Amino acid sequence: MIRSDVLKTLIPLISDQLLVTNIGLPSQEMHLLDDQPSNFYMLGTMGLASSIGLGLALAQEKKVIALDGDGSVLMNFGTLPTIANNVASNFILLIIDNGSYGSTGDQPTYSGMKTSLSDVARACGCDHVVECQAEDAFDTVKSALDGDQMTIIVCKCESGNIKVPVIDMDPVVIKDRFMKVVQS
Amino acid sequence: MSVNDVIMDALVENKVDFVTTVPCKQLAGVIEKIDEAPDIYHIPANREDEGMGLCAGAYLGGKRPAIIMQNTAIGVTINSLATLIQFYRMPLPMLISYRGEVGEPVACQVEMAVHTKALLNQLSIPTYHFHKPDDADELTDILSYCYMSKKPVAVLMDATFWKGA
Ligand SMILES: [Mg+2]
Repeated sequence: MIRSDVLKTLIPLISDQLLVTNIGLPSQEMHLLDDQPSNFYMLGTMGLASSIGLGLALAQEKKVIALDGDGSVLMNFGTLPTIANNVASNFILLIIDNGSYGSTGDQPTYSGMKTSLSDVARACGCDHVVECQAEDAFDTVKSALDGDQMTIIVCKCESGNIKVPVIDMDPVVIKDRFMKVVQS
Repeated sequence: MSVNDVIMDALVENKVDFVTTVPCKQLAGVIEKIDEAPDIYHIPANREDEGMGLCAGAYLGGKRPAIIMQNTAIGVTINSLATLIQFYRMPLPMLISYRGEVGEPVACQVEMAVHTKALLNQLSIPTYHFHKPDDADELTDILSYCYMSKKPVAVLMDATFWKGA
């Protein structure tokens, strides 16, 4: 299974949730597969999906899923100690770890080599870290959503991409409709 | 009144309730007060771009965020300012310790000081320079202006200003 397969299986679970989607293909695939006002598409700023997600979770009570990638977490490793030490029980960091920079041509990342993102998250102090295979993504995300505990999920999947168009929505429109869902 | 107290009062008056910080010696006093303030969630960040992500998320969640950092952080955060804060039109007051100005003991700090205003100008970020302790009296209005305009706004506070701390 590649990332888009994982996202397809998750849509029934996450369609109505507040999602902060990482720059590039995660945003573009969610936009293609299940565009929702509850999706905050990042159009730039690689690395910050988990930070935006945590800030949003700390600011209000609805559940928040940051849909992140291995390359982006590697770029912003400082996020993990901040998450560990500022626990938001309504926050799920879902890292789709395909061991590659998918949006830029599948160059390998270190998470596909010697570096384990789940071990790093645990070492940073995150209390509830779950590593799963792509086939178990649905059950893992479901139990995280059903629970009341901040969860870091590292979902391992194969590298590979489907063809998706770029998002031509105006960023202010993305923000505006998202904030209305948050306030609803 | 100490400038730290003037800054705190301006934050409280503007109902700022989410502040991320990366420390600087000059900022130690105000960071301590923010940490103790009951109505402000203080979240230290490891890097200032991470802090801007936290502030963006908090804003989406209905908070009135601010970031407190050193001017060296302008070098770290240009992409976040352009592609997140400005692109999505979000307010972000940046209370900045302006190192490398007159009174600076560390030569390396001057190297970013000479670029600070040029970079902010290049980004079309409204910029205010606090030099005398009384300049802090304008902070309340600057914060209101920032949230009204939904833009990042920079307040540079130099070594002479911090003599009022
Ligand atoms: Mg990847």
